[in-house]
Amino acid sequence: MAGLELLSDQGYRVDGRRAGELRKIQARMGVFAQADGSAYIEQGNTKALAVVYGPHEIRGSRARALPDRALVNCQYSSATFSTGERKRRPHGDRKSCEMGLQLRQTFEAAILTQLHPRSQIDIYVQVLQADGGTYAACVNAATLAVLDAGIPMRDFVCACSAGFVDSTALADLSHVEEAAGGPQLALALLPASGQIALLEMDARLHEDHLEQVLEAAARAARDVHALLDRVVRQHVREASILLGD
Amino acid sequence: MLKSKTFLKKTRAGGVMKIVREHYLRDDIGCGAPGCAACGGAHEGPVLEPQPLDPASSLCPRPHYLLPDTNVLLHQIDVLEDPAIRNVIVLQTVLQEVRNRSAPVYKRIRDVTNNQEKHFYTFTNEHHRETYVEQEQGENANDRNDRAIRVAAKWYNEHLKKMSAENHLQVIFITNDKKNKEKAIEEGIPAFTCEEYVKSLTANPELIDRLACLSEEGNEIESGRIIFSEHLPLSKLQQGIKSGTYLQGTFRASRENYLEATVWVHGDNEENKEIIIQGLKHLNRAVHEDIVAVELLPKNQWAAPSSVVLHDEGQNEDDLEKEEERERILKTTVSEKMLKPTGRVVGIIKRNWRPYCGMLSKSDIKESRRHLFTPADKRIPRIRIETRQASTLEGRRIIVAIDGWPRNSRYPNGHFVKNLGEVGDKETETEVLLLEHDVPHQPFSQAVLSFLPKMPWSITEKDMKNREDLRHLCVCSVDPPGCTDIDDALHCRELDNGNLEVGVHIADVSHFIRPGNALDQESARRGTTVYLCEKRIDMVPELLSSNLCSLRCNVDRLAFSCIWEMNHNAEILKVRFTKSAINSKASLTYAEAQMRIDSTAMNDDITTSLRGLNKLAKILKRRRIEKGALTLSSPEVRFHMDSETHDPIDLQTKELRETNSMVEEFMLLANISVAKKIHEEFSEHALLRKHPAPPPSNYEILVKAAKSKNLEIKTDTAKSLADSLDRAESPTFPYLNTLLRILATRCMMQAVYFCSGMDNDFHHYGLASPIYTHFTSPIRRYADIIVHRLLAVAVGADCTYPELTDKHKLADLCKNLNFRHKMAQYAQRASVAFHTQLFFKSKGIVSEEAYILFVRKNAIVVLIPKYGLEGTVFFEEKDKPKPRLIYDDEIPSLKIEDTVFHIFDKVKVKIMLDSSNLQHQKIRMSLVEPQIPGISIPVDAPNMDIKEPERKKKKREK
Ligand SMILES: [Zn+2]
Repeated sequence: MAGLELLSDQGYRVDGRRAGELRKIQARMGVFAQADGSAYIEQGNTKALAVVYGPHEIRGSRARALPDRALVNCQYSSATFSTGERKRRPHGDRKSCEMGLQLRQTFEAAILTQLHPRSQIDIYVQVLQADGGTYAACVNAATLAVLDAGIPMRDFVCACSAGFVDSTALADLSHVEEAAGGPQLALALLPASGQIALLEMDARLHEDHLEQVLEAAARAARDVHALLDRVVRQHVREASILLGD
Repeated sequence: MLKSKTFLKKTRAGGVMKIVREHYLRDDIGCGAPGCAACGGAHEGPVLEPQPLDPASSLCPRPHYLLPDTNVLLHQIDVLEDPAIRNVIVLQTVLQEVRNRSAPVYKRIRDVTNNQEKHFYTFTNEHHRETYVEQEQGENANDRNDRAIRVAAKWYNEHLKKMSAENHLQVIFITNDKKNKEKAIEEGIPAFTCEEYVKSLTANPELIDRLACLSEEGNEIESGRIIFSEHLPLSKLQQGIKSGTYLQGTFRASRENYLEATVWVHGDNEENKEIIIQGLKHLNRAVHEDIVAVELLPKNQWAAPSSVVLHDEGQNEDDLEKEEERERILKTTVSEKMLKPTGRVVGIIKRNWRPYCGMLSKSDIKESRRHLFTPADKRIPRIRIETRQASTLEGRRIIVAIDGWPRNSRYPNGHFVKNLGEVGDKETETEVLLLEHDVPHQPFSQAVLSFLPKMPWSITEKDMKNREDLRHLCVCSVDPPGCTDIDDALHCRELDNGNLEVGVHIADVSHFIRPGNALDQESARRGTTVYLCEKRIDMVPELLSSNLCSLRCNVDRLAFSCIWEMNHNAEILKVRFTKSAINSKASLTYAEAQMRIDSTAMNDDITTSLRGLNKLAKILKRRRIEKGALTLSSPEVRFHMDSETHDPIDLQTKELRETNSMVEEFMLLANISVAKKIHEEFSEHALLRKHPAPPPSNYEILVKAAKSKNLEIKTDTAKSLADSLDRAESPTFPYLNTLLRILATRCMMQAVYFCSGMDNDFHHYGLASPIYTHFTSPIRRYADIIVHRLLAVAVGADCTYPELTDKHKLADLCKNLNFRHKMAQYAQRASVAFHTQLFFKSKGIVSEEAYILFVRKNAIVVLIPKYGLEGTVFFEEKDKPKPRLIYDDEIPSLKIEDTVFHIFDKVKVKIMLDSSNLQHQKIRMSLVEPQIPGISIPVDAPNMDIKEPERKKKKREK
């Protein structure tokens, strides 16, 4: 039996998208009243929820406080029902820790932490359903949640994944495409400046192709930005209508 | 982007595993018809023609496109490939099903789709908003797909109607499924079976022959008599294989006996590796190379491989009783201890049918359209085809494809594909041997040619980047006469410090063939240039092979140079590699170069250079031989062609001059130097060539043969073998040494390409070198192109690319190259054999001296030095009293009546062409001297006259 054809001769991917197209994105801000900021995002079938508390005083040991900036604490978890195979994952397993660290690195680069020295910002992200591109969905959800909390940032952080099949870069990989085992790259971008907050790559990719894949991921991240921007504006409009009345 | 398109999202859910997949539907997929306002500019690539009127069909006179279903694509691909069939819509649903069911057909349909003249359009219907259908409850996947295809066909007809109201285009649905066709017509879709449509093409009657003949399931039972037992379904076979009831293996039919085959069981189990299948019913419609499932028979039914030669020559299909009688003959010849595991085929796991070359055996019944086709490969059963052009196809080589093999049919059903030409015709026979050896030989496609440099070509400044200008050096090339693809040139000069500088300059083919483009892919597929007797099948287009890459004299050419500094004792002091530009000062033949070296009157730069090279080469060769390199020989023959008729008029064994080995020596040195360099740089993915040492048992025959002449051959190391071969001289028998070397060559293993990261043993036995590769012939070997690319990266002259550093891709490439080289060799041998036949056909019967190479149980294999021709003299013939034969395996020797034959004995044989079987003409040899009454033939007897009637009789009896 022939394996799955990830990209047809006509240029369509397994789910019908073209190489550079994103999956359908839907997002909502302010989904929890109790938190300082929150957001929910769906990128295709990948669904993530982000909640932000802070900035507030350091919890626990005071020694962790940073004299010149805020401490960003990120925690990642995934729901047991989030993947096809139902599996109990202990809290704080290796994968979750790693993801937490990556998110922390990403948001330390984006949040203006020096405005809140000796304080702490908590970002909790939970993936409810995983269908590829979990890191990107987490970043995008967290961005909206941080904005919802009113924490000043340099810029949005927009993330997207990209892969490489048949000499073509594919944006926003689905689970099927990720599982095929090709090279994949995750990029978090500050779109206005074009600065990269985080770049991570799995598997080997020849340097000749890196630029092409990076370019595809960056373009996709900018597309994500345009969408998130609309979500934020919509949210602000709704909020101001509520306040105005 | 998302917002500009309307997406609907459907989710497929089910199974134990939760599978949630997104499926986007789009409204920007074009219909492929030019000028369609609704779809606008959404088309890409080759599209359909606006008003296709031909081929004229009597069933649908309106302009139309065809829309075939999966089975039509799978089985009628020969029809679809015909130039007459154009404007076909291939649905994504259909294409995916084909992809899952047959890789070869999938490849063919993709090739057709890429051919712009065919106007095939692939419509991505599964992602089109208006043609996507969801699987309904209780509907199986097949039915859903059939429905999806009908929905798309209906959509197309309505869509095209919108385009122009009057005389609008039609889309004709082609299906061979009765129910599906009925449903389509109910839904208002014009639908025909493939047969109906093809028969309606009145202007193209020849297409009918190409129709695959498919029996509908119901028919089998109607026509009563079932010959074969049913093939079990795949699921049952897999169960059986898992539980060990059945064994899976590759079916290999016997060349000698059409009622016998061997199944080579897959896997590592020691027991039952080889299973014998005997008899028509047990063979159960398996064809050579199929992957089958077999069931072992109980031990009391086991058989031995029969030694009987049986060819299926019956014309009448109903001779089943006779068949059974023959099977009994097989059984009676069984000798108890020879019994081997025996089984029967219970099902087919995978068919490996390909189009077969062969000839038509016209039916005896006049006006009959059904005829039997006899493939050239004796392992393939005869195939029944239906054709109206039987009389034109008689005596011609044709290609036929198998369509199926119903249970009630003695022979498989097939259809005519192509007429190659008259049997015995040189063009035709060449085509046949290329096809049968799977040598890609079609003209290069436009896509491939588009990557050639534009003419007039000259070296630009950009080309000179990372390149040394060596045009001032006195470089020359030495090749056989008439060589147009010169891939190497040499120079040698004395340096100021007294040392010698030697350069080997190789055509820089990788400069022109860039990784991954169509030209590169095609060259990689071909793998090697194939040299036939009077034809060359190029690996790269002629512009490169005979012009831009050929290092001809007095033109600027790009090269890859390997330059050594050596002392006068041929010791390498330094080596460097560089891309270069050269200008060869002379293209010499071996003879011309030899003449210059020998003539004391000549002292020009070229000659001095040649003398220097020659001197060094001798030292290099001596040193190599001291290390244990083998000098083996094979009788190489070249044909002198008549310039008018291109028929071979004389054969000549190749002459070897000093200059031959001079060039060879430096090529070996360059290959070794490059191998070291690329392995240093890329330990995991260097492409190298190795030659494994043969297992000691291979040498047995050589040692025994030498012993019979009181000579000792040692085989413990390559060095001792080389030394003992050198010592094995007989003053009274000078040719003996050559014979021994020929025999030694037969003991050797095949040298192969491999990827350094996938193997540990790099040793090249024949050359006595710890590492070796191919660098010096990039015009005619693809391996050399890869080696050039690796070396270019190593010296910083070119950049790397992903596939080059992927050892698995490299290993796959090596596998193909090894296969192509082997096939090229076989094709070459077949070509020599065919030309030998032509030669003896015109020459008539001749008697020549020969030496015995091997003795067999009932024959001797002889070599005729004059023609470099090898042949077998049989001593047992049908319809003749059997002579007294005593075979001794130990010496080895064969005693016939009172005469004993040993290896290397000199005999005299008569050579003639045996044309009794038109398809398999062969050279026949018979013994003249020594004379054995009743066996040997008198020298002058007009034996053709005696033998002819006899042979005819034999043929009838078979
Ligand atoms: Zn259209």
